[in-house]
Order: sequence, then structure tokens, then C-alpha cells
Amino acid sequence: MIPRNLIFTAALMLLVVLGMGVYVWQIRGHVTSNTPSAADNRPVAPPVSGPTEQVILYVAYDDPGTLRAQSWKIPLPAGRQERAEQLLRALITVYVDKSSPHPLSAGAEIRDAYLIDPGLAVIDTNAAFADNHRSGVLVEELTVASLVETLSANIPGITRVRILVDGKSRDTLAGHADLSDFYDVNSMNQMVAAMQ
Amino acid sequence: MLMLAAVALLLSAPDEKKISIYSKAANYSLPITQKNGQDCAGLLEILEPLGTVSAKADGQRWKVRFNNVDGEFTAGKPRARIRGHDFDLHANFLIENGRGLIPLASLTQLLPQFLGGPVIFHETSRRLFIGDVSVHFIAQVNKSNPPALVMNFTSPVNPSISTEPGKLRLLFTHEPLVPSGSQTLTFDSKIIPSATYQEENGAAELTIAGTAPLFARFSNDGRTITVTAAPQVTAQAPPQPTAAPPSVTGSSSTTTTVPISRRYFAVVDASHGGDERGAAISDQLAEKDVTLAFARRLRQELEARGLTTLLLRDGDTSLTLDQRANIANSNHPAIYICVHASSQGYGIRLYKAMVPSVADSHGPFLDWSSAQAPFFTLSQSAATSVAAEFQRREIAVRTLIAPLRPLNSIIAAAVAVEVAPRGPSIAELNDPEYQQSVTAAVATGLSAVRAKLEAGR
Repeated sequence: MIPRNLIFTAALMLLVVLGMGVYVWQIRGHVTSNTPSAADNRPVAPPVSGPTEQVILYVAYDDPGTLRAQSWKIPLPAGRQERAEQLLRALITVYVDKSSPHPLSAGAEIRDAYLIDPGLAVIDTNAAFADNHRSGVLVEELTVASLVETLSANIPGITRVRILVDGKSRDTLAGHADLSDFYDVNSMNQMVAAMQ
Repeated sequence: MLMLAAVALLLSAPDEKKISIYSKAANYSLPITQKNGQDCAGLLEILEPLGTVSAKADGQRWKVRFNNVDGEFTAGKPRARIRGHDFDLHANFLIENGRGLIPLASLTQLLPQFLGGPVIFHETSRRLFIGDVSVHFIAQVNKSNPPALVMNFTSPVNPSISTEPGKLRLLFTHEPLVPSGSQTLTFDSKIIPSATYQEENGAAELTIAGTAPLFARFSNDGRTITVTAAPQVTAQAPPQPTAAPPSVTGSSSTTTTVPISRRYFAVVDASHGGDERGAAISDQLAEKDVTLAFARRLRQELEARGLTTLLLRDGDTSLTLDQRANIANSNHPAIYICVHASSQGYGIRLYKAMVPSVADSHGPFLDWSSAQAPFFTLSQSAATSVAAEFQRREIAVRTLIAPLRPLNSIIAAAVAVEVAPRGPSIAELNDPEYQQSVTAAVATGLSAVRAKLEAGR
């Protein structure tokens, strides 16, 4: 014969299991709606405050496939490296805008810019910058030229530029523009001159 | 030891199982999922390229609507209801992460209900033919010297080509190729005695046996493949400057037996290929396919002008940028032409290499990234001549410099041609008339500076 207290305990546990089953069934539908968005588009760096300065941004235009030097006023910090980062972030802001003449994906960002003497700059972009970039010789060339020209026009002394993606070297931006080597600023100037 | 065992297991892992589906709308492959000993595939994924389809999972029920046909399945049950009729499946229907999986063996029963027409399923090789889409071929050996196996296909084909001692294999992954008769063909030729057809894992393969190394070339817009023996000569390597590639393998001997068919005027490189698709020109069209079509036409146009041409990629094969430069450089052409395609912008863009202003060359060893520098003026001449020809034909053209590998590693005149449509319709990239017009302009432009280019090599 089974003791009465064991029967009570088993019945109680069965009730608990059934109750939890009903509860899980009810909350099942809520889980997906409460899942946070996978894409977090917030900027990685805090906004910069301070005096604004006039800078030249080399903005790419898909139509007619050229770079245009444009004067912008943006807040710039005092440090040389921080200025470089801020310049490039201002440029990317132009491109991620919906009305951009050379659109980049919404998640495209500059993670860091490093200035290494003598004359070397390293631009580290995030994965979304390259992974979602449109593929084509000219469209990729415009992006690369825009970054290099903007940096070298506003930060004196830069002679070579390397572009990384998520801190790593990569063969091409999106199948065409070479990212495996350093960009020589003089050669880039000639390339941009041929574009105009 | 464990690491070695894991690596060995990985290396010996079989190819992923897949099913290939051929239809008038699209040819595509899908992965196979094995459940309870049955090969299954996602019904939604099968129907998606064929029409408008939507699916909804509601508990154990899975409903699908294809065009105006409704189907209903129940997870764990071997039954389906389509157009109001019940059908027995060969195994239970399954739902996995919202995907409705049906056994492959039931495809011939279910798909006609959705599609309204018959399908043919080669179950062993997992190749599904929807409608009359089959590509047939005939093969015969010409009694030329050397003998050539000429295969004529009823539609253009683009197989991957591989060789091994005594064999040349053509793998058709995207073409609904079927054998016209016997699966083994024998020929009255000592050099090409036989060819066999077989199907496996969603692909068809033609294996051509040869008693000499064989190579294949395409013509007739991809409808004809000609297989011949590669002539073998003993060649004394010419003492030319060589660009030092990043990695070097092989012997340092200067006398070697290599297959050299002839000295080419041009090396034409269809960019991308294999897994590297290049730009998505449209949902159905990849840059690698457009570049191959243009490259094949360009070879025809050049050869029609008496300019011998090597097509660097003549199938859906993967080549690294360094491999492309190596092959081009080892052939010492007068010019290297790299073909790209784009849906952005209009007309033609011609590119010369962006070469670093400071090179790191040492004697006969040229810096790999700036080996193009001594040939830049020659490349400029070629680009100018080709651009002039485009202008004469009233096709919009721009001449630019680009950081585009492997142009900067080529030790010959080198240009890249990026072809965009003339107007808003990207379908023009597939238009034979436009392809003809573009490639004829390039060939005519290069022909005009032939003497200069040949003198420069």
C-alpha cells in the first residue's frame, strides 16, 4: 500500500508541473516580441563637443562617378588622432544619410583611426562598412579615394594609408578595390585627378 | 593526435548533399537535410524561385500558398492536403525552425499539384527537372591533327573544368544536362578513346579519357566545347625579368617540359568565378557569369583579327588574384585584359593600374605590387586606343586609374574593362548585340596598337 503522504506529494508535484506547462504555453508568444534588436545602430563613440572648424571632405558622387571637395564645419577635438577619427566619422555620416550621393549601409562606421609616424595612417572600419558595401570597381574606388583624400587633405604629413576591416587586413573592399596593401597618397592624388 | 584525427576527418568529409532543380524560371541547388534516415528538403525553398510563395506555421500545422494553390501539412504525419485533395507522403512531414521539410521521394507526387505540370526526378543523383528544360549533347571526334572531340550542346553550358592524369572532367552543376544515348561513348581515336557521363549529388559530369594531356575550349556562345590534346614542347625558359610573387613553389631549373600551345598576344581574364561571384548584377545574374560571356566573345573578336588569345578562365572556376597574375605573366602576352561588369553607371570604364610611387624592386626581381610600373605607358597607349574606338562607336567611355589587383602585378600592358549597360536596363549586359559591340571595340582598339604592344614585351 502506498503511504498517503506520498500520494499527496505526487499529486502536488503533478499540479505544479501542469501549472508550469500552462504558464510556459502562455508566455511562449511573448518571447520573440521582447527579443532585443540584433542590429544596434548606436554610435560607438560619444558625440564630440567643442569648437567647430572648417574642413574639406572629399565626398563621392556615384553619378557622375567623381569626388567633390566640400567645405564642412564640424566640431573637432584638439588631438591629431582624434581629429582624424572625427573627420572620417563626419564623412561616413554623409554617406549613411538616405539622400547620400554615394550611399553606404546604415551600420557602416569608422571604429578607429591611428596615426603612426612617419606619415602612416591606419583606418579601421567595422564589418558592416565592408560586408554591406556595394560591389563594383568604380563604386569601391570612390569610397577608398574619399577616405584617403579626406584624411590627407586635413591632417598634414600623411603619405600612406591602410584600411582595415574590424581590425583585420582584407583582400578587397567588396570584391574589387584592393585593401591588402598601403595606399600611397601621391598615387591616390593622381587617381583622383584622372577621375575629375 | 586528436587534432590530426580531427583534421583528417574534416579533409575526408564528403561533399554536402544537395538537390539541383532545373526549370525555365531558374536553375538552383538546395541543401538536403537527413531526418530519420530520409533525405528531406524545405518545400518553401524549393518553390520560392518558381513563383509567389508564402508559408505559415501554426502549431503542428504548416500551410503553404504557391501562386493560387494552397497546401497543408501536419508535423509528424505522412499526409498532405493540396488543392483540397489528400496525398500520402513517403515519410512524415517535419517542421524544423519553422521550415517545412518534405521527403525527397514525395517530390514527384507533390510538385505537380503545385506547379500544374509534370516533373522528372533523378532520385539517385537528386536532379529534378521541371518542364521541358533538358540540355542534350552530341559528341564526335574529328579526324584532324591532333584529333579533337567536339561536343555540341542544345543550350549554352558553363561547366567547371578539372584535369588529372589521363582524364579531363567537365562538371555541370547548373545545367540540366542529360545523356542523349549511352552513358559511355567510345571513339575511334588513340588520343581520346572514350567519354563517360554520370550524375551524382545534384550534378552531371562528363569524364573524357585521354592518352595525352587534354584541354578544353568553348565556342559558339558556350554551345560547343572542343577537347584536344595539349601540344607538349621542350622549352628553354627565356631570361626575362620575373615579378616575384608572394609565395614561390617549384623547381629553379631553367629547362623544363611545359605545355605551351603558342605565344599569345593577349591574355583575357574573366574576373571572379567559382564561389567568388563578384557583384550581384541582379537576383539571377552574377558578375562572374557576365564577365565570362564577355571574355569568350572578346577572345573570338581578337582571334578574328589574327590576335592569338588565351582565356585565363574558361569555366566556372576559382582563381586567386595572385594565380591570375602568375598565369598571365608566365605566358608573356603583349597585353592583359581583365573584364569586370557592373549594374552601376552607364557605358564602359577602362582602368589602368594604380602603382605605388615607390617600388621595392631588386635587380631582376620586381616588386609584386608595382611590377606594372615599367609597362604603365604601354597600358596607357592601349587604353587610349580602345577608348577612341568606343567613342567612334558612340559608346560612353571613361579612362581611369584603379587600385584593382592583379593589374599592378602584371609584367605587360594591362587594362581592366568594366562594362555597365548603356541605359537603365541591366538586361543589356546579357544582350549578345551589346556584348558583340563592346568586345569588337576592345579588339579593334587593341589591334590598332598591335605593333606597339608587341614591341613592348
